[in-house]
Amino acid sequence: MRNIRAIADKELRSYFSSPIAYIIIGFFLLPFGVFFYLYLTAFVRQSMQQAQFGGAMNINQQVIRYVLQNASVIILFIMPMITMRTYSEEKRSGTIELLLTSPVTDVEIILGKFFGAFGLYVALLSATLPHMGILFYFGNPEWRPLLAAYLGLLLMGGAFVSLGLLISSTTNNQIVAGIVSFVVFLLLWIVGWFADSAGPTIGPITSWLSITEHFDDFSKGIIDTKHVLYYLSLITFGLFLTAKSVDTERWRG
Amino acid sequence: MIEVQHLTKRYGRVTAVDDVSFRVEPGEILGFLGPNGAGKTTTMRILTGYMPASEGRATVAGYDVFTHPIEAKARTGYLPETPPLYPDMTVREYLDFVARIKRVPSGERRSRVDTVMKRARIDDMASRACGKLSKGYKQRVGLAQALIHNPEVLILDEPTAGLDPKQIIETRDLIRSLAGNHTIVLSTHILPEVSQTCQRVVIINKGRVVAVDTPDNLIARLAGSETLYVHVDAGDADAGTALATVPGVTRVAPADMRPGSGMFEVQSEHGRDVRRELAREIVTRGWGLLELRPMRISLEEVFLQVTTEEAPNEPAAVGEPAPLEGGARVEEEAPRA
Repeated sequence: MRNIRAIADKELRSYFSSPIAYIIIGFFLLPFGVFFYLYLTAFVRQSMQQAQFGGAMNINQQVIRYVLQNASVIILFIMPMITMRTYSEEKRSGTIELLLTSPVTDVEIILGKFFGAFGLYVALLSATLPHMGILFYFGNPEWRPLLAAYLGLLLMGGAFVSLGLLISSTTNNQIVAGIVSFVVFLLLWIVGWFADSAGPTIGPITSWLSITEHFDDFSKGIIDTKHVLYYLSLITFGLFLTAKSVDTERWRG
Repeated sequence: MIEVQHLTKRYGRVTAVDDVSFRVEPGEILGFLGPNGAGKTTTMRILTGYMPASEGRATVAGYDVFTHPIEAKARTGYLPETPPLYPDMTVREYLDFVARIKRVPSGERRSRVDTVMKRARIDDMASRACGKLSKGYKQRVGLAQALIHNPEVLILDEPTAGLDPKQIIETRDLIRSLAGNHTIVLSTHILPEVSQTCQRVVIINKGRVVAVDTPDNLIARLAGSETLYVHVDAGDADAGTALATVPGVTRVAPADMRPGSGMFEVQSEHGRDVRRELAREIVTRGWGLLELRPMRISLEEVFLQVTTEEAPNEPAAVGEPAPLEGGARVEEEAPRA
């Protein structure tokens, strides 16, 4: 446990002591802010019309849901930047030799790196809380669906981190790790698009595979164990394969 | 303290380390000598638990590095070929991180970091980013990192590589001062380093151990005959011929090609000291004896001999003495498994 924390601290600190963390968070907040602004102004306009004609308005369903759904796609684009360096940089610079000759297990190193990258992701998500604060200040959204949506974002991010870690562990070139992660994440997103056009057997499979599709229910405020399990098993799967990849590397030399 | 038995490491079809066995006693400094690509780094990486061996076993501080890696690693300090530094961290942050993963109790961390920074003479760079340090400082931070948890065993892969002459001397002094409290294995391809710092030498070539002994013994055993350097002021006389008549002298060769320089290399029969006879001969002839000293075969020559003539002399199996050129024998000191 101590070792995991030590490594996670180190990872997190290295993000923030270089410009990486700030660039990533900035890169995320810019489109996030644009989406937030667009959906919110649209909502305000619509609610003024509704005031004349009557009708129900729901800020959770009409703003938060869409903003966070869009955020999940931005996250997909940003995640490779967070995870690409985790292993490859250590392999390239030789610092992996320090970790592997220290009295820490492979699992501790992997979990340390996972939580380090996840920590940056949490920091990134918490940068969106002021936006939500604005909604609470001027309106009265429900906090429970919002919580469910953030839980979904955390789980989805964890799955991305875990897969990114795996990809980074297979190469000592972080550009390669970044590009491969990007392509894999992209595929995991667009595979869901085939759900409608594919037949009744393939369709559910592709939509089930899609990493962002599983976020849909969370964004509506629904916590379905099916989706929780999907993300948790994806995280475990990624970490397990990372452990295998690190071990193989060790035997191969 | 360290026991290596029949260690073999294969990368696919390439055998990097081939049946290497040796033993390091507590408090000893063992030099690991060999040309580049001889398998030094691979052996050290196996000892530190970085990679497993294909065959054989290695025990560090009483723990098998393969079956009890965590215990062995906790007692080992390792300086890899390139110091494993995180460029964004300051020296202090870096050493603090290493102390954490090397299980230094949190209460002692600060004082340990201060101690090793002082020992490695990097305290003036404590708040500098590791990536901005000069090569010499990086190397010393690497050394400090290896010492942070006060390990019983230190494994140093070319600790003086990339240092300037003054830093090399300081680093050697530091390593020597660590002996006794720590058992040290250091690799190098710089020969004087070995004779200056190590008590024992393992010479490795193409993955095989070709010699294990003290630097002095290696030199002495390989020097088949005694060679003396003589400088006489004999005027116009032919001193060389005269010296050759001294009993026990087998060969006289001019040490300087200029005629009449009076400098000679005199070889004598093995184990026979002819210095007195030579001096008497020169004095009775009325010449001036300017210099008379034994010439020692350098470790360079030993090294070249054992690493180049390996084809006719296949290294013997562990336990059997390996015959070396000049009738010298170098015993394999590893215990029989």
